[in-house]
Amino acid sequence: MAGQSKPDAEGGAPVGRRALLGMLGAGAASLAAAPYLQRGWEGFLGAASQVDATGLTGLLPNPGGFRYYSVVGSVPRKDETNYALTVGGLVDRPKTYTLADLRAMPQTRVVADAVCTDGWRVDDVPFEGVKLADILDEAGVHSSGAAVRFTCFDGAYSENLTLEQARRSDMLVALKMQDKPVTHEHGGPVRLFTAPMYFYKSAKWLSGISVTDKVVPGFWEERGYDIDGWLDGADRHAA
Amino acid sequence: MTSMAGSTAPTGTRPDPPGRVRRFSPAERWVHRATGWLMLVCLVTAACLYFGPLAQLVGRHHVVVFLHEWSGILLPLPVLLGLFSAAFRADLRRLNRFAVYDRQWLRAVRRRRRSPEARPAGKFNAGQKIYAGWIAGAVLVMMFTGLLMWFMGLLPFISRTSAIFVHDLLAWAITFVVLGHMRKAFEDPEARLGMRTGYVSRSWAEREHSRWLRTDRDGSVAERTHEE
Repeated sequence: MAGQSKPDAEGGAPVGRRALLGMLGAGAASLAAAPYLQRGWEGFLGAASQVDATGLTGLLPNPGGFRYYSVVGSVPRKDETNYALTVGGLVDRPKTYTLADLRAMPQTRVVADAVCTDGWRVDDVPFEGVKLADILDEAGVHSSGAAVRFTCFDGAYSENLTLEQARRSDMLVALKMQDKPVTHEHGGPVRLFTAPMYFYKSAKWLSGISVTDKVVPGFWEERGYDIDGWLDGADRHAA
Repeated sequence: MTSMAGSTAPTGTRPDPPGRVRRFSPAERWVHRATGWLMLVCLVTAACLYFGPLAQLVGRHHVVVFLHEWSGILLPLPVLLGLFSAAFRADLRRLNRFAVYDRQWLRAVRRRRRSPEARPAGKFNAGQKIYAGWIAGAVLVMMFTGLLMWFMGLLPFISRTSAIFVHDLLAWAITFVVLGHMRKAFEDPEARLGMRTGYVSRSWAEREHSRWLRTDRDGSVAERTHEE
């Protein structure tokens, strides 16, 4: 090739290659500096959002925030008038709860990190609601019951816990998130919150709780996710 | 293969239509088209993952993720396949090397001088050369950080949050740069015609890329039609 190829600037500085390598270098440097840059960036965003009436700061990159996930095209909206949580399966007293029923039960507040398998996390998110254990006790679980299956009014999502996991005190049927009613976007009016596990276990738009004799894989578990979504460092045997 | 280099078209093609000059071979146009579509799918699905309102509108999270991941992974493939084409390789060399007049082009941009005489260019102008190198590097960084997010724990010393931070910021940069690239194309129908049909008018080539045909003619290889 050499000697024959006469592109229009033969022998000139390889600027194209430099631009490529420069970009790779910048990428590596920003990966290394990311933890520091990000802290500054979040500080800036926090300050900017205070004075930002347009909400445009919400569009800026901020891996610290929640991201919206739904596995279906559209999710019906439910509120006090039409929300229902059905408890059934291997229980003595199947029951359907309205939103008011759930609000009338003892409320528990759990503050924990929301950690997504996609890498984003939000630290110290307060969730408040009814302990899953209370609902299970009220229904009276049969001795043959071994697991709990959760279904959602989006029509597609499902999750599961073993009975032992479900009875932990940090497993909530959450009505509030960040001390406000759970919004539709965050899975409201009622979602699951499984504090010691990855956030995909915390099913949004919860509409059904069913006690089963064995673990039935949920939506993501059928697509390769862990059946137990323990976070690293979670105490797996806490009560 | 040997008779290729420096010519503006593959050997054995029919002579140019009168007044037209061969700018891109079919292989090059396919590389550009495939890369363009993959980039578009990648950016649109990215927007659907990134913006809450769009995510709520589109939903189907697993489908969008699948499209985003695979369009991203496949993005370098057309260029790699293009390496089988001698015409494409010759253009990569042109894109890589900076001539004296390329620096003149950049100076003209800084001084906002727009006339074609003030901005001499070979087959590719200095802006196109820098764009090509930069976007190639940016795509590789996006692939790397994307794979880190996809396969967690691939490199435990880089946190996923850092990978996402770089991926997000660079995605914005790429969005604006690609929009700029498209704007330039929309401003110049003849350039688009060159990418669509492979041919441009000789007058356009001599005006916008004054050093292209001249340099090729002055090179050791004469015009392609004489090669066989």
